[in-house]
Amino acid sequence: MSAETTPTTARAAEAPAGASIHDIGYRHYDGERHGRAYVRRSLYVQSLRGAFGIGRSARSKVLPILLLTFMCVPAVIIVAIAVFTDAHSLVAKPTNLVIGAMPLIGLFVAAVAPQLVSRDLRFNTMPLYLSRPMERSDYVAAKFAAMATAVAVFTGLPLLVMFLGGLLGKLKFADQARSFAFGLVLVALFSLLHAGIGLLVASVTPRRGFGVGAIIAVLTIPYFAVNMLMGILWYNDRQGPVEWLGLLSPGTLMSGVQSKYLDGTSDFPGEIVVSDVAGAVYLLVTALLIAGSYALLNVRYRRAGL
Amino acid sequence: MTVIATERLSKRYPRVTALDRLDLGIKPGVTGLVGANGAGKSTLIKILLGLAPATEGNASVLGMDVRTEGPRIRERVGYMPEHDCLPPDVSATEFVVHMARMAGLPPTAARERTADTLRHVGLHEERYRPMGGYSTGMKQRVKLAQALVHDPQLVFLDEPTNGLDPVGRDDMLGLIRRVHTDFGISVLVTSHLLGELERTCDHVVIIDGGKLLRSSATADFTQATAALAVEVTDSDDHPDGTAALREALLAAGLRVESGGPGTQTLPGAGRIVLVDAADELTHDVVRDTVAELGLGLVRMEQRRHRIAEVFQTPADAPQAPKGGGTDVR
Ligand SMILES: Nc1ncnc2c1ncn2[C@@H]1O[C@H](COP(=O)(O)OP(=O)(O)OP(=O)(O)O)[C@@H](O)[C@H]1O
Ligand SMILES: [Mg+2]
Repeated sequence: MSAETTPTTARAAEAPAGASIHDIGYRHYDGERHGRAYVRRSLYVQSLRGAFGIGRSARSKVLPILLLTFMCVPAVIIVAIAVFTDAHSLVAKPTNLVIGAMPLIGLFVAAVAPQLVSRDLRFNTMPLYLSRPMERSDYVAAKFAAMATAVAVFTGLPLLVMFLGGLLGKLKFADQARSFAFGLVLVALFSLLHAGIGLLVASVTPRRGFGVGAIIAVLTIPYFAVNMLMGILWYNDRQGPVEWLGLLSPGTLMSGVQSKYLDGTSDFPGEIVVSDVAGAVYLLVTALLIAGSYALLNVRYRRAGL
Repeated sequence: MTVIATERLSKRYPRVTALDRLDLGIKPGVTGLVGANGAGKSTLIKILLGLAPATEGNASVLGMDVRTEGPRIRERVGYMPEHDCLPPDVSATEFVVHMARMAGLPPTAARERTADTLRHVGLHEERYRPMGGYSTGMKQRVKLAQALVHDPQLVFLDEPTNGLDPVGRDDMLGLIRRVHTDFGISVLVTSHLLGELERTCDHVVIIDGGKLLRSSATADFTQATAALAVEVTDSDDHPDGTAALREALLAAGLRVESGGPGTQTLPGAGRIVLVDAADELTHDVVRDTVAELGLGLVRMEQRRHRIAEVFQTPADAPQAPKGGGTDVR
């Protein structure tokens, strides 16, 4: 770390007599000044740590740790069952775990996204960021990446527990690796989608309380509405539109994708798996939502801080 | 060398023209940017930082074009906004370290520079406490520290004395002076009070409605705007003492500005003769003239023009309120 010591040049100017608190003269900084890439990376790391309460008050660590514990308990139980019953496979797939934990993940997104973006808007800190070498797009990129990574770590950790537990339980490695890989693909899609939606909502609701509520609303209300409608249509023998309804909420969108492409179990009525055409549309909508929310976030920040 | 240069710089919003073909050439040192609310001070700073595009015209900072070299400019300048900008739940140290890294400083350097800079702005034990509990004076110091932490060549300070009491204001102004004299950093500082910048700045730029009203060295400025307000009694020889004095002073070769249109409506204003105090001798000349005329001197006081007067043409300038002191607010 020797490269990080601060080269300074002492200044000739002496502090005026009597000014004892200022008795050490001003020193100029001649050391390294990194560019935008470093700034982006620093903001990313700081935001990611902040998402889990690292480097913040003890109180802000409580919720992330609590939620993470809840996330991992089912994975531990699943592994324990496999180990103690000498089973040849786990009772649930990693993808099941992700879809089943959706409410918890929603809570995490609702807690973290306002922490990452609303504070800088509410306390008017944006002008300070923007008066530095970074551009608005750097700020958005760093925050988006941090949010997506935070959700991925949060969602992926129980999957890792399951994978490692499965190996300890002497389950077949190839099977385990395969389902773990599918799980990770879902985690990646899920994280990008929820990072985009969460940050976008948080960035237009600078008041923290509103942000939390708005994100929970956006993630859960359409999800439950879609599920209810799907159920109603299914039991009334109108199965045609069911697969298309899934496009209308982020949760059902992910659910449709994983059952179609990632060897997941469907939680749609009748455990239906969407058709090829619908599946392609699901992927397209997912991509559009991710790209769209990122683009809108950039639009949102074009005028912020002025 | 010129640190800031603008050429026909304009910024038009749908309803208002914030800057109107502004031509500026600012040299190293402490420069005051003075103007009433809405004069365009903050707008100018945002354009110079490359944060807002100008509608027309050019500007350069430290020799770099604001349009194309914004990031490089921002690497070398610091900015203290006029508004509150500090999150209440982190300490000054944490915050300034973070801002130093956002300016591109490596982690160790960021910590060292933060400790140095907070000490220089006079923030001591408090720096480990959350900023939510800080007084306005302490918050202003942190805002200044984050603008200086990366050792810029130039800082923009937007109304740094805002909300401070007289003592805090003097401290802040002293600190700003030191930023140039001790740290060797050029300063552009805005205010709507001409008076408070007179002591701090080498050069003062006054803008109004986005237009350049005046740009000159502070010394020229105070001299040109210093005036003597003289009020005399009438006597039997001179039933209108004020008029007689004015004539006599004009005859003595002094510049006298009284009785302009509109001033008569102010109670007592017609009785005040305002004399341009070009040098110390003016004082003696006026006193002697009053004595020769045999008039009674009600008062003679040094007065600086109020900022509003600077904005007016000389013809209707002397609207100084009766009994106004030397405060220029
Ligand atoms: N984003 C904006 N949209 C429209 N008008 C604006 C905008 N920003 C500033 N203005 C207008 O431009 C003019 C100059 O504003 P500016 O903030 O630069 O003034 P100022 O000299 O800093 O004033 P103050 O002393 O109040 O800070 C004002 O009339 C203001 O209303
Ligand atoms: Mg302003």
